[in-house]
Amino acid sequence: MSVSLYIEVLIQGVLSGLVYGLMALGLSVIFGVVRVVNFAHGEFAVLAMYCAFVLFGLAGVDPIIASLPLAVAFFILGYAMQRGMVQPFVTRPQHEQFILLVGVALVITNGLLLAFGPESKHVDLPYSFDSYTVGGALIDKVRVYGAAAALAVTAALFAFFRFTSTGTAIRASADNLTGAAVVGLDVKRLYAISFGLGLACVGAAGSIMMALTDMTPMLAPSLTLLAFTIVIVGGLGSMTGALAGGLLIGVAEAVASLVVSPAIKSMVSFGLLVLVLALRPQGLFGKAES
Amino acid sequence: MSGALSFLTPRSTIVLIVCGVALLVAPFVVDRYTLSIILLSLLGAYLGQAWNILMGYCGLLSLGHALYLGLGAYASAVLFVNFGVGPWLSVFIAMALAIGAAAILGWLGFRFRIEGVYFSLLTIAFAEIVRIGFDNWSFVGGAAGFFLPVNASLSDQWWNLRGGPFFFYYLALAMAVASLVIAAMLRSSKLGYAFLAIREDPQAARALGVNLNRTRFLALFISAAMTAVGGVYLAFWTNNLFPAQILETSKSIEIILAPIIGGLGTLMGPFVGAFLLVPLGSALTDGLRAIGLSAPGVKALVYGLILMAIIASTPNGLWPWIARKLGLGAREQ
Amino acid sequence: MMIAKTGLIDRRSLLAGAGATIAAPAIVRAQGKALKIALMLPRSGFFAQAGQSCYRGALATPKVLADLGYAVEIMHIDTESSNDVSRTQAEKAINDGAQCVIGAFESGNTIAIAQVCEQRKVPLICNIASAPQLTGQGYQYLVRNFMTGPGLVTNGLRLIGEISKAANMDLKTAVFMHSNDTFGTAQAQAMGKIFPTLNMPFKIVESIAYDPKAQDLSVEVTKVRGVNPDLLMIVTRAGDAIKLTRDMVRQKFQPKAIMSPGSPGLYDEEFFKAVGPYADGFIYNLPWFNVKSKMTQALEASFKATNPNHRFDLDGFNAGFTFEALLIAADAFKRAGASDGETLMKAIKATNIKDHVMIGGPIVFNEKGDNPNIGSASVQNIGQKPTVVYPADVAVAKPILPFPAWQGRK
Repeated sequence: MSVSLYIEVLIQGVLSGLVYGLMALGLSVIFGVVRVVNFAHGEFAVLAMYCAFVLFGLAGVDPIIASLPLAVAFFILGYAMQRGMVQPFVTRPQHEQFILLVGVALVITNGLLLAFGPESKHVDLPYSFDSYTVGGALIDKVRVYGAAAALAVTAALFAFFRFTSTGTAIRASADNLTGAAVVGLDVKRLYAISFGLGLACVGAAGSIMMALTDMTPMLAPSLTLLAFTIVIVGGLGSMTGALAGGLLIGVAEAVASLVVSPAIKSMVSFGLLVLVLALRPQGLFGKAES
Repeated sequence: MSGALSFLTPRSTIVLIVCGVALLVAPFVVDRYTLSIILLSLLGAYLGQAWNILMGYCGLLSLGHALYLGLGAYASAVLFVNFGVGPWLSVFIAMALAIGAAAILGWLGFRFRIEGVYFSLLTIAFAEIVRIGFDNWSFVGGAAGFFLPVNASLSDQWWNLRGGPFFFYYLALAMAVASLVIAAMLRSSKLGYAFLAIREDPQAARALGVNLNRTRFLALFISAAMTAVGGVYLAFWTNNLFPAQILETSKSIEIILAPIIGGLGTLMGPFVGAFLLVPLGSALTDGLRAIGLSAPGVKALVYGLILMAIIASTPNGLWPWIARKLGLGAREQ
Repeated sequence: MMIAKTGLIDRRSLLAGAGATIAAPAIVRAQGKALKIALMLPRSGFFAQAGQSCYRGALATPKVLADLGYAVEIMHIDTESSNDVSRTQAEKAINDGAQCVIGAFESGNTIAIAQVCEQRKVPLICNIASAPQLTGQGYQYLVRNFMTGPGLVTNGLRLIGEISKAANMDLKTAVFMHSNDTFGTAQAQAMGKIFPTLNMPFKIVESIAYDPKAQDLSVEVTKVRGVNPDLLMIVTRAGDAIKLTRDMVRQKFQPKAIMSPGSPGLYDEEFFKAVGPYADGFIYNLPWFNVKSKMTQALEASFKATNPNHRFDLDGFNAGFTFEALLIAADAFKRAGASDGETLMKAIKATNIKDHVMIGGPIVFNEKGDNPNIGSASVQNIGQKPTVVYPADVAVAKPILPFPAWQGRK
């Protein structure tokens, strides 16, 4: 096998990893601030994909462009969900949050099944089948666009947390909840914004993924597991970690497929997860809990 | 025994006896469809009880119990088909295997202080690794599945776990009752108190002289071994095993719904949960078909909504609420 | 039992007889005219797409059977692709009066139902399920009008050899790629056993299993490209066939032929919808409906009337086998004149139907309960339509080989 194949696979891994990273980032933001693990994360990603699918069908909007309005829509959805449903569960034990979100997952998956049927859905973009040739390596055009969009959304989110007062306040309450409440921050509002931002990431990532692949409601749980793996490896609650985790998992799976067998590629990421948990439980980029 | 059952008030003793008798005579009274639902409920109660020992008593949230179920099922099935070892013997090997897997998981988890949500995600990852392993392991059929022979000549060989619906019904009933007794005995034992102490406050428990890791290991081992026994039952009852079914995360979730909905850490919770959720699923299927709404997906959607409603309204599960209303089990917490 | 046999009893005397036959409630409800059949399909869950396709075939069936002089009453039951639901719903269906069960597309679900049917002595006719372990287990109340996995592979490989020879293709190397799910793995195992015995002109240089839940198959295709075989053999379902095609087009990977030794996916509606013109050229070797049969034409006409939004060409495989299972039940009922399990099963085992829908000889069952006369054909997507191209007696077009270029398709 030639070297260019390896380079190609490496690039494919990086490009996919950026999009998965954005999806996982949502999970990380929610956990980092609200301390709730969103067990319906993959389901929300699939919901976003179907929204992008509908937008494309109705108005011909390219899913990569639709990632912007969908990010906004999912922010509102997340904000409302936190306020209306999740907030009472914030102080309740983890297993109760788990059941609540399993319920949400069931509703989303089966609502989609009911509305769209079990067939896989896709969008037909003019450049769906195009690819670039870079020094003997073939790179899919649509994956390059998708990765670029994911990177842009991620950068915007980082900027929000760094440069806006709300972003700083959220980071403060993530670090020290009691302290944040003492200095008069409206913690409930910050929670709702965080949940909204988390879902905005999923909304954007799901929309982008619709351009890259086909989707059926049944694949949602595997996306949830993928997001878990990425954030645990990167560090639950760490934004940089989610991004790095996405890249690492993307590349590790791609290389494992090529070198070993594609059927066991998710075993490699779970193995990585176990390894990270054993050696550095807080994840590669996470802060050790006090 | 008497110590283990000392929590029973006279009133709850009567209810328990009535339920027990009802379950004993059920096969002679109800039709086979209803019986198959009761059987699935009993199985759910059994597996829920096993999981509850780890989570309800010791506070460790496992989201990967399908691992022990699948290991037990595959171990007994493979030993039976390929090596001629009967299930009454292989059940011990199945338990040993599950304990072995639990030991590795526990070693990773407890030694490296992986706690809370991290422990839960570790259990998922562990179960998934094993599932993918089985998917690709051709000796056990891989993803194509493993089949047990169902020859007519083998029927009614109870010593090979072969029999009709009555046989499997009473076996499930026996297992469910046994799990209840084990849980009750554990609760009133010194070990049970150590479990509860860890659940409430690990640091305080340690200060009281409880060996944290040893106690947690024991909870994990008991829970894993009991779940593996359920796997043996499933293997011989369904006669076909697929990693994508028995080792899936969705199976793990199915196992834990009943005890959580019924009441975590209570003796009757797994029973109440299973006897609510399993019939609920069937009733939804039948009811939705009767009113002409049986489009694929509706059932699971309604099921999801009901789950959300229950967990939002009765956070501690249904059993504590029922017990209070009926004045039962005063000494259940 | 006598009650049902006469077929002349009115409702009142039937009710009067009910008291005497409490032990056999299914018989009491027999109308004497129409056989009550429980059709159990995975209409939701993992196999929903195929289950729905079978279901559409069942919707088209009653009209065709009525025209042939048969009467059936179909109870449609969703197994939710789950073993537990399959089992309990089979119990319920029989309680509700089902005199015959048909199903269940998926082997595990079918085995769950078979155990109930065996205990309750109600015939089970398997429409589709390929696990060899299903028959030959000593089930008395089970027949299967479908091929076993090894049967599919044997016929598929034979056809691949013959069709390449007929088209003067010189194929030396092959890569075998399969989805690592229940069906794909079973096919791969059969392939491992059967391929060495067949003396094929090409050798398999690499066998690649991929995760059926993979988000894309780009790396997998890259891997195949690295090997660059003459022939790519694939076992897929629709979802992964789409991903595979996309990534092959993007990576401009073009072997001399792409053939399936027998799998779904390449003729599913969603595949055509998703990849459009890129669906053309794929060849799959499967049992297929016989376009030249009168009954197929009747089924197609009825299918169009009942499912105006679906193409028979794409549902024909699932619809055809589901129809045939219903036909077998109705035919046996007519010959037996009774609906009790024992008599009906005897009649089913004695089935001998010459004119039917799928390619192959008369429908009969051997002592194991399998139909040995099911034939396979090579079907190629031409002009976005599954077209039988081999063998000549059932073919309606000539195969297009080598595989047409991806570039310039519209």
